[in-house]
Amino acid sequence: MGSVCILDYGSGNVKSVFNLFSTIAKHIVISNDPEEIRQATHIVLPGVGAFSAAMRKIRERLPMEVLEQAVLSDKKPFLGICVGMQVLATRGMEFGEYLGLGWIGGSVEKVNSKHFPLPHIGWNKTSCKRDSPLLAGLGDDPDFYFVHSYAFRLENEQHMLAITSYGEEFCSVVQRENIYGVQFHPEKSQRTGIKLVKNFLSLS
Amino acid sequence: MKKKRLIPVLLLRNGWLVQSKQFRRYQNLGNPTSAVKRLSEWASDELIYLDISRDDSYDMRRDDLGHPNRHSIFEIIEDVSKVAFMPITVGGRIRTLQEIEKRLSLGADKVALNTVAIEAPQFVETAAKEFGSQCIVISIDVKRQDETLLVMGRGGKQPTAYAPEDWAKTVEQLGAGEILLNSIDRDGMKNGYDLELLNRVTGAIKIPVIACGGVGEWAHFAEALEQTDVDAVAAANIFHYSDQSVFLAKKYLFDRGLNVRRPDLLEI
Repeated sequence: MGSVCILDYGSGNVKSVFNLFSTIAKHIVISNDPEEIRQATHIVLPGVGAFSAAMRKIRERLPMEVLEQAVLSDKKPFLGICVGMQVLATRGMEFGEYLGLGWIGGSVEKVNSKHFPLPHIGWNKTSCKRDSPLLAGLGDDPDFYFVHSYAFRLENEQHMLAITSYGEEFCSVVQRENIYGVQFHPEKSQRTGIKLVKNFLSLS
Repeated sequence: MKKKRLIPVLLLRNGWLVQSKQFRRYQNLGNPTSAVKRLSEWASDELIYLDISRDDSYDMRRDDLGHPNRHSIFEIIEDVSKVAFMPITVGGRIRTLQEIEKRLSLGADKVALNTVAIEAPQFVETAAKEFGSQCIVISIDVKRQDETLLVMGRGGKQPTAYAPEDWAKTVEQLGAGEILLNSIDRDGMKNGYDLELLNRVTGAIKIPVIACGGVGEWAHFAEALEQTDVDAVAAANIFHYSDQSVFLAKKYLFDRGLNVRRPDLLEI
């Protein structure tokens, strides 16, 4: 089923992501090594924590040229998880304004949760907005596990695959070509998370 | 809308999974890791793991269970996070930032603090700033003294000066993300949650409250979800005796129209 490279820039949940992927994929590494990124068929960027800290560590620790070659030129399927999804944006507004990777147009802003407390923590419904192989076989509104306070505001609605409601509706799954991002944690979402990862690994 | 959660609590005492009655009597139930795998397959929403050991010995004392002997809470967390793809909270005997960090790095998502919060409340703030409020759960054990509800420390043995709702408010202000609210009087008694306690605490704070202590039948879960504003219902003993227990409890709540995740048997 291909070989997976999970990027590790020092964000906490890499081990849980690895544990889930290893129930499905055979060849799987946690690595930032250019050679591993070149050889991988699928690339995963996990993440917890603040946008600016994540971006700083990504620039410090990941071989950006090799990664951009793999994702933007070779079009390898890429999955960003939680903050790993948020950094795909043009900019993030947590603790000031910071540049993101800019792979999908938009900005990351605080969820307007109204009277609900932030962070948004727990199982919530994800409503699919358009058909996608990533969400195939999950039904119309699968539950996923969320932990976050900020969300991705897209410039182009075409990139929105699913939304979730918490005080307001926010984008919980994004896609532009081979680049996918999920605001929730598939590695904590049991059956639905496993199914989503299986779908991701069958992309080519 | 966010779902209400159903959470099995696993009590670990010197390497054994145990059940407890009023924080005083304990009975061994078996291997903690195989129990977790079973609970995961039955669609729990989260797991709470409380280490109530008296010393540092985690010897499982037998090796005929198909698992290697486990000697520390750390090895147990590591094992558990390989089979349970859901949020895991680990509590018990945590006193320093390093002890929190170690549990998180091995696969825990949140830690539950109890006695350390009572003895050094500023530690709650320090921990929340370091790791984020979302991973700091404050576990509150409450006992009735005459007609007064009182927060107890040191595994239910040491009375404090706090009423539960005041203590909950204090830790919320210090940055706690969640409250695990346990009634010592109801623990292991199977006569249902202390609803008055739940209402008093949920009425005082905004952060989620997890109800614990007293569940003897599925209807007790529904009672708390229907009559109080708790965010989650937890139990320990009741889940360990019947096949597919969490699934059946979840199905009961779902069929009753409560806002819980659809019950599902996880097949990997």
